[in-house]
Amino acid sequence: MTAITVRNLGKQYRLGAQAHDTLRDQLAGLFRRGAKREPQEFWALKDVNCDIEKGDIVGVIGRNGAGKSTLLKILSQITEPTEGEVRIRGRVASLLEVGTGFHPELTGRENVFLNGAILGMTRAEITRKFDEISSFAEMDTFLDTPVKHYSSGMTTRLAFAVAAHLEPEILIIDEVLAVGDAAFQKKCLGKMGEVARAGRTVIFVSHNMAAVTSLCRRGIYLEQGRLKAIGPIEEITATYLRDALPSGGKSGFRRAKVRGSGKVFFTDLTVGSGDLEGAAVCGGGLKIRMAYEATQDPVAAEFVVNIFDGQQLRLLSLDTLTDTSLPQLFPQVGWIEVEIAPDFSFTPGRYTVELVARINGEVGDHVPGALEFEVRDGDFFGNGRKSCDTAALLVKARWKLAAPAPGGREPG
Amino acid sequence: MPADPVPDAERVIRPQRGFIAIDFAEIWRYRELFGFLAWRDILVRYKQTYLGVAWVVLQPVMTMLVFTVLFGRFGNFQSKGAPYELITFAALLPWQFFANTLAESSNSLVASARIISRVYFPRLIIPASVVCSGLVEAAISLAILFILMLWHGVVFRPLLLLLPFYFALTFLTTFAAGAWFSALNVKYRDVRYIVPFITRLGMFISPVPFLWMEKMPEKWRLWYCLNPLVGMIDGFRWCVLGPGFEPYWPGFWLGLAVTAVLLATGMLYFRSTEKTFADVI
Repeated sequence: MTAITVRNLGKQYRLGAQAHDTLRDQLAGLFRRGAKREPQEFWALKDVNCDIEKGDIVGVIGRNGAGKSTLLKILSQITEPTEGEVRIRGRVASLLEVGTGFHPELTGRENVFLNGAILGMTRAEITRKFDEISSFAEMDTFLDTPVKHYSSGMTTRLAFAVAAHLEPEILIIDEVLAVGDAAFQKKCLGKMGEVARAGRTVIFVSHNMAAVTSLCRRGIYLEQGRLKAIGPIEEITATYLRDALPSGGKSGFRRAKVRGSGKVFFTDLTVGSGDLEGAAVCGGGLKIRMAYEATQDPVAAEFVVNIFDGQQLRLLSLDTLTDTSLPQLFPQVGWIEVEIAPDFSFTPGRYTVELVARINGEVGDHVPGALEFEVRDGDFFGNGRKSCDTAALLVKARWKLAAPAPGGREPG
Repeated sequence: MPADPVPDAERVIRPQRGFIAIDFAEIWRYRELFGFLAWRDILVRYKQTYLGVAWVVLQPVMTMLVFTVLFGRFGNFQSKGAPYELITFAALLPWQFFANTLAESSNSLVASARIISRVYFPRLIIPASVVCSGLVEAAISLAILFILMLWHGVVFRPLLLLLPFYFALTFLTTFAAGAWFSALNVKYRDVRYIVPFITRLGMFISPVPFLWMEKMPEKWRLWYCLNPLVGMIDGFRWCVLGPGFEPYWPGFWLGLAVTAVLLATGMLYFRSTEKTFADVI
């Protein structure tokens, strides 16, 4: 059974007009007919059609401004569509923010009731679940303290605890998992999984691809207000990541005139990850392929790939000379591929590739800034957790309990 | 709209155009949230105030004393033999309810911007719950009124039974104005300046500190009653002070009509702009 049917949905916003829509402007407008400003119009959503089955867990993905939030706002009835219609079967709760309506002057207990009511729970329901909520939030001593004295972490925990105990037939969630510490996030993901298994329909917007992939079964991919793709989540995230290329699809190889002798030079370059072309995903490995041509056949060349981060810090230098299994003579024209295993990755961000080719130490070609590629967030550790993105690199390391070092102190 | 083949729980979201009636059934479904919002407004109003609820007593009583001294003693305004304290207090009760709740309700939607842009519910319950939360203060004022009546030895007449009726009218007028101003405030923040102006000047334009009828030339009386609060204040005085204070009936009916128009247009305007609140706020 379909839970949500969306037909020809469109939402138009007027840009600029609203910001200056004061009484004075309106009055002035009465007298100055001719000088009317043309409001800029744009469709935040247009011609969106989709069906969401009961019990589906759907991830909505797309770049910023693709219309994800607008779609959620229409589904949760916060804003009205400009055209088209949506049919919803079942009780909807939308969670576009945790702690909506929290009032700093009220106590934790009072806020649980207020927030619960705002999210659509009945008083009886909240009363019944109150103990569960407060233990989920890991707080009992501060329930009668005004929320303004809480730390932000405590407020978030309490707010999420209320949200986690919503039991609607359809749950609409916007990016709310990006709160709280790692342990609490894990708990929330677990709770979401529980909700999903209970047969409820969940619609989930997030930029956290790791969370989307591990939680959702189906995906909706929006691009500039239009539905680009809908289907199984793996397919949809793959399409999305493929499109997320800075240059939009083709290889994006940029080069100027040959810098060097020109006895060997590069003609193309691609970056990929798994079966993705043009982008990399944390945990998907990284494949760099370059095409070259030389003036001799065969050619005794050395190829070097350097990878720089956004601050132009050289992070890696990969050199064909370091791999002794490679023949030292290459055909006159060809492709070379270097692959980095999936247990090493850059953290999400933009990186540039520099290429160097040498013959006997003499530079044949040098292409700085040959290609810019993006590393997207992915489930690097395979546990559904967002990986740390403040470090430059991710490595799968082995942890274990260790015996004390010789001569070291016994713990405890 | 054709009947839906799928039973009960189906909800259709589509652009609404033209006349949009108030969905009372929906508001009824949201009655608990309505209660919670009113409860929050009451709780929050006196949290972290040292005197707390004492303010509810102090405000009207101090105003009453000032008016009695200024208008009754120095100004020598007529009192038709009634204690001047009661003349002002009987008027202050509806007036304070109107002024205080109007100020809060007209600001209520903007103050709830976060909730409005994140959760759906009939928006009308926001200004409505604010007006309802004013009932607590009104009840306290009513108690003070009775105490003052006992103090001055004023007889409790059967006319007092009409008091709830006049209060209901005040309530509706306030709610209508609150709906208008709160919805206007979403789009035009000018309301923020207009409302304090109305509540400050209105206290003197409406006959709060004095009796107006004998002072007003005959031909202006009806015009004066375009302000619906005139009729209500008169009604309150009549109920409290007795037959000598009978209202000016043509004016009362006119005020009633103004309230009805205000209420109907307020609801219409609110309903037709409600759907854009989340986009504009």
